Amino acid sequence: MEGDTTARADLGAAGRGAGRGEPLLRVEGLAKHFPVMAGFPVRRRVGAVRAVDGVDLTVHAGEVFGLVGESGCGKSTTGRMIARLTEPTAGTITYRGLDITRLGRRRLRPVRSEIQMVFQDPYSSLNPRQTVGTIVGGPMEVNGIDPPGGRGRRVRELLETVGLSPDHVNRFPHEFSGGQRQRIGIARALALNPRLIVADEPVSALDVSVQAQVVNLLREVQRDLGVAFVFIAHDLAVVRHFSQRVAVMYLGRIVEVGDRDSVYSRPRHPYTHALLSAVPEPVARDGAGPGPDGEGGGGSVRERIRLAGDVPSPADPPSGCRFRTRCWKARERCAAETPPLVRLEGDAEGHLTACHFPEEPTTAARGGDVVLDPAPTTEPHPGTSP
Amino acid sequence: MSSPTEAAASVPSPLPPAPSPPPPPGPVTGRSPGRLMRRRFRRDRTGVVSACVVVLFFAVGLLAPVISWLYGKDPYTLYGQEQPGLLDPFGFPAGPLGGVSGEHWFGLEPGLGRDVFMQLVYGIRTSLLIALAVTVATTLTAIAVGVTAGYLGGRTDYWLGRLMDFLLGFPSQLFFVAFMPVVVALFVDPREETPTWIRVTALVLVLWFLGWTGLGRLLRGQVLALREREFVEAAKVSGASPWRIVRKELLPNLVTPVLVQFTYMLPGVVTAQAGLSYLGVGLVEPTPDWGRMFATAGEVYENDPAYLFFPGTAMVVFVVCFNLLGDSLRDAFDPRTGR
Repeated sequence: MEGDTTARADLGAAGRGAGRGEPLLRVEGLAKHFPVMAGFPVRRRVGAVRAVDGVDLTVHAGEVFGLVGESGCGKSTTGRMIARLTEPTAGTITYRGLDITRLGRRRLRPVRSEIQMVFQDPYSSLNPRQTVGTIVGGPMEVNGIDPPGGRGRRVRELLETVGLSPDHVNRFPHEFSGGQRQRIGIARALALNPRLIVADEPVSALDVSVQAQVVNLLREVQRDLGVAFVFIAHDLAVVRHFSQRVAVMYLGRIVEVGDRDSVYSRPRHPYTHALLSAVPEPVARDGAGPGPDGEGGGGSVRERIRLAGDVPSPADPPSGCRFRTRCWKARERCAAETPPLVRLEGDAEGHLTACHFPEEPTTAARGGDVVLDPAPTTEPHPGTSP
Repeated sequence: MSSPTEAAASVPSPLPPAPSPPPPPGPVTGRSPGRLMRRRFRRDRTGVVSACVVVLFFAVGLLAPVISWLYGKDPYTLYGQEQPGLLDPFGFPAGPLGGVSGEHWFGLEPGLGRDVFMQLVYGIRTSLLIALAVTVATTLTAIAVGVTAGYLGGRTDYWLGRLMDFLLGFPSQLFFVAFMPVVVALFVDPREETPTWIRVTALVLVLWFLGWTGLGRLLRGQVLALREREFVEAAKVSGASPWRIVRKELLPNLVTPVLVQFTYMLPGVVTAQAGLSYLGVGLVEPTPDWGRMFATAGEVYENDPAYLFFPGTAMVVFVVCFNLLGDSLRDAFDPRTGR
């Protein structure tokens, strides 16, 4: 087992892709099935919502691992299982070589202080009856940590780290804005000097203007303190800004995972293509058709994909590939065989895709838009004309 | 556009610019939550007045023997029968307002001729004592059961919930009337004389048995809602024990409902216990009792309405003040109240 100092020095030096040896966190076959109970007078189990159904991922020390996907795809549940807030149905979670999947509260304690969590809702994640000092100092009290100079001093330091005035210790959460509250939540997560922070949509409840500040704060924390992150979000731009590696989830499974640039600029899974095409572009279109470099990638005009219908119910997911009900490339094989998460030919190392019929590794506009939505497209677009 | 400083500078001033006041020495430290609470409470005039009245009632109850000694009377002596002239031939107090005089401040009891002031003081003593015991026991039980059910959930919650439903289904007044003799008989042979303390215990037990369910349910619901809040999960992530979560995260958030319910329940128990005494299953003669004074007053109100006046007014003042105090305390405990 590597020592504290070496681990931290490691990441400081190497930056992206640091410490590719022993991963900090390894998750294998993680699943969570929520039982569905019904019946009268005796309620019995009639089915299960497969919120997470076989997720494998690894997080290295000091790395930011982004987890994206639409609502209900199981990304939050995955994060909660990593933080051991939700009991997994199956699978293993290994933290620094130690299987923590089934550890009880007492035996989990040393690990607990190293895996912390930042929550989504800054209004519900702080106890309204406690002062900021109590909230931030609480984790130290629980774990009996007495930092040099006392807990009070450490709390003040932490508040300064997250950009709040140390004089705020005796204030109550309701006196702060959403962004400030999220900073308090981050200070609380940092109180135990964690090595891994699970951030469950930490900015999605905030104003857009404040989001950037909080993400930048998380980035500073990650850089200066070498904390690894599992960063859960549905905002692809935020994930791109903050993460080194990204996993795309769909209906309880990871469909594509890889280094950020690889996933964002050379996506292979149709769902990743669809997600990326849905990100609004800050650049105004100049009305040009698909350029000569349209196929090669890097063109200013991107592909347009519109998906039809809703995500199928996780209580009754489709057989084989889960995306096949909304995929424009789906064939019989997709229903019969579940595609494995593998490295496809021509992809970078560590870029894995679960698809039988992957797309070309580009996000540039294709010959015609993929429009599965039965709703008519109102505005004709230059890209549509063949 | 000129800024205020420029404008000020352009005007020639005969005086040198006043030095700005020095910043307050030392770092700015906030006040502690307890001090903030007391500050908020002191600003609430209704609350302070109600608190004074409530404290006065409890002081009267506690210091009843001292008052008796100062006043020179006791609640048992039959003054009206010992001293001729205080009661008229029909047994009603002679003189205005039920015999109010410098000697007997609140008049005399019709028939027996006991001192009403002393009866009331000692009546308040027994009533408040019983009500306090019942309310404290009830609240503690409700907190224990409600928090257990809400926090543990599942099967525990189901069975505790059914128990609360079952007890809530009882007609409470009938139950009190029917079970008082039964509970008393558990302690004493019916042929012997029942000591007062056993009656008091029985009364407390009976009122407690059915009293805690309402608050228990309320707290269960509150805990159920709080348990899902993310600050509880944050405490779990930091490795806090369930006991610590209950103590530090849940209970402080339950102070408001508990306090409000406590302050509604205590006067309620006082009146319920008065009702039982009125029905004849509470405390019996010669123990002075607030509730039984109403029973007596009900018998004689046509000829001596003044007898109802003093205990009645005292009861109304007490109940109103206690409820107002509850409201003020709730506001003071809530850091979000902007006072």
